[in-house]
Amino acid sequence: MSDLLNVTSSPHVRDKVDTQKVMALVIISLLPASIFGIYNFGVKALVLILVTIGSCVASEWIYERIVHKKNTINDLSAVVTGLLLALNLPHTLPWWQAVLGGVFAIIVVKMLFGGLGQNFMNPALGARCFLLISFTGSMTSFTYDGTTGATPLALLKAGEHVDTMKMLLGTTAGTIGETSVIALLIGAIILILFGVIDLRIPGSYILTFAVFVLLFGGHGFDMNYLVAQLCGGGLMLGAFFMATDYVTSPITPMGKIVFGIILGILTGIFRIFGASAEGVSYAIIFGNLLVPLIERVTIPRAFGIVKEKGGEKQ
Amino acid sequence: MGLKTFKGGVHPKDGKDLSKSKQIKELLPEGELVFPLSQHIGAPATPIVAVGDEVLKGQKIAEAGGFVSSPIYSSVSGTVKAIEPRRVTVGDMVNSIVIESDGAFKEVSYTETEDITALSNQEIIDKIKEAGVVGMGGAGFPTHVKLSPKEPEKIEYIIANCAECEPYLTSDYRRMVEQPEKLVEGMRIILQLFPNAKGIFGVEDNKPDCIEKLSALVSAEPRMEVCPLQTKYPQGGERQLIFATTGRSINSKMLPADAGCIVDNVETMVAIYNAVKLGRPLTNRIFTVTGDAVSDPRNFYISIGTSYKQLLEAAGGLKNPAKKMIAGGPMMGFALFSIDVPTTKTTSALLCMTEDEASLYETTACINCGRCVEACPENLIPSRLADFAEHKQMDTFEKWYGLECVECGSCSYVCPARRPLAQSVKTYKKMVLAEKRKKN
Repeated sequence: MSDLLNVTSSPHVRDKVDTQKVMALVIISLLPASIFGIYNFGVKALVLILVTIGSCVASEWIYERIVHKKNTINDLSAVVTGLLLALNLPHTLPWWQAVLGGVFAIIVVKMLFGGLGQNFMNPALGARCFLLISFTGSMTSFTYDGTTGATPLALLKAGEHVDTMKMLLGTTAGTIGETSVIALLIGAIILILFGVIDLRIPGSYILTFAVFVLLFGGHGFDMNYLVAQLCGGGLMLGAFFMATDYVTSPITPMGKIVFGIILGILTGIFRIFGASAEGVSYAIIFGNLLVPLIERVTIPRAFGIVKEKGGEKQ
Repeated sequence: MGLKTFKGGVHPKDGKDLSKSKQIKELLPEGELVFPLSQHIGAPATPIVAVGDEVLKGQKIAEAGGFVSSPIYSSVSGTVKAIEPRRVTVGDMVNSIVIESDGAFKEVSYTETEDITALSNQEIIDKIKEAGVVGMGGAGFPTHVKLSPKEPEKIEYIIANCAECEPYLTSDYRRMVEQPEKLVEGMRIILQLFPNAKGIFGVEDNKPDCIEKLSALVSAEPRMEVCPLQTKYPQGGERQLIFATTGRSINSKMLPADAGCIVDNVETMVAIYNAVKLGRPLTNRIFTVTGDAVSDPRNFYISIGTSYKQLLEAAGGLKNPAKKMIAGGPMMGFALFSIDVPTTKTTSALLCMTEDEASLYETTACINCGRCVEACPENLIPSRLADFAEHKQMDTFEKWYGLECVECGSCSYVCPARRPLAQSVKTYKKMVLAEKRKKN
């Protein structure tokens, strides 16, 4: 009994899951889409993924060195950002543009706002939009099987027929990680089974978007059009992996549903009425900005509190 | 699935295997026993003995200090050695009666009641009050006050808290396995007070033998039933247990009686039986000494007032150096800096751990993952409340229902960033409540 006892306030035990393990699960769930992307687009896709991840991790490490902050690359969040960014890029993008994207994501969107947990915008999407505006040419030219071609969503917008089976499998043009709906859904199931995300955001997002397309898409109950809209572009990647980003989505359960509905409507507006065929990235970034407001109006009522006319029962 | 439960909660490692198969063993204390005058909610008891007095086991040594208070009885025979402030489990110095045991355990004689049904309600409540019965699960609320609601005819459920959801604790479990009939008899006495009420034994399904034994005992009782509950912490939290067993919910400003319920834990019901049927005051209880640092984890029938140190020695002492010693369970128990403190009516366990998980990990940034929200049985947003607490934003803290926190610790348990959420919230909650009292 010579050693002093530790005295702290309860609880005295902790779960084994930490931030690093959560991030590792996200990385694992992105592997099916990443591997399919490499299979679909070749070794160039692999190189781009590695370059982007490297750029993100290095940016975080160097920034923290310069400002004398504790090194946090072990939490793996920079790896997640890098991987997500890469999956949102066409495999033909010049490597230096990808590096720039990584630097922008980590330094500007994340670290300048205080690092992990403090950014108000999804870093990977912020960087994607930055690249889209800066290097529109290389960001919007897609080649597939050696020939330059439009993405299924662009074809759809131009009024052409698209093969939805190919879109499910992912053997189409597009960014590295967005094409295969099946690979993305496998990842999404991993996330849900391990309790990393729940269906509130992706469910309300996809459902709202589907309703929006049916109402305003101008194609009525054309199932082929609806399925193509759901499978095309970044919707699946965005709904399951980007909109559910913890830091930039509401923490209140009802807020998550409201957030998903807002994203569904915005994506519908951008895709159907906008100039571009895509809309997911902008919708999510816009939605990110509304998160504090959404949270403020969706504070859950505590257990046992009864709402009555003219105020709460005391 | 299909088992009754509440929303939220966590599944910490239960650790009950260490002591659950160990039969209750009576432990006779030696030397000095300490009886803090405040081991219940309400006014401290007033000593009615003086230094030098000889006392018997079962003799009243302190009288209730008011209606919300409770008398205290000696659990040994011996001599009053001192009446002075002594250190208690939570670290405070509390005025206490110190008795040196003579080792003889000479007892006062008790009068049994032949026919309880012949007693009036007031007589029953008086017996419970006189015996010093308080909530023995930890809160220490005087039981006679709980059993005297404003409108007794509106009480529809008497709930026996047999959940024992705190990890490592096995005292209620052993009581239910070895003496379930005492618990049922305690319930019968309470039901006599409330003619419109039904008795429910809420037991977590990790104790199938208890469910079986209790079910067999109540099979012929029209007014009692056993309700198996999902094993999940904090199933035994009062508000959670009421919801799981009856579907009713109460908040921090309500009493269980407002929802037509009265909740008592296993030991309390047994104490009620002892008080009313046997006429015996509360002097003993079941106590678990456990943890991976303890040589021989055990369940003891202890004399209240025995020091933790003696209990640990009776369990063979430590086999590994302990980093942390806790009075109670790992989720809501108090960390001790000394085990030279007395057991009281409300203490149920000593847990000695070789590792202190609470200070093992470094706190990192909140990633807003919402695990604390999923875990909170009170439907709160613990991560935000902790922020408001840190920034002393009293109004926002209240608006986000911070005062509804039941301090169960589930949020801190699950937090992947290892933030001390429950610790911040409960500390600030106390400050807000103190501030409000000042204003009123």
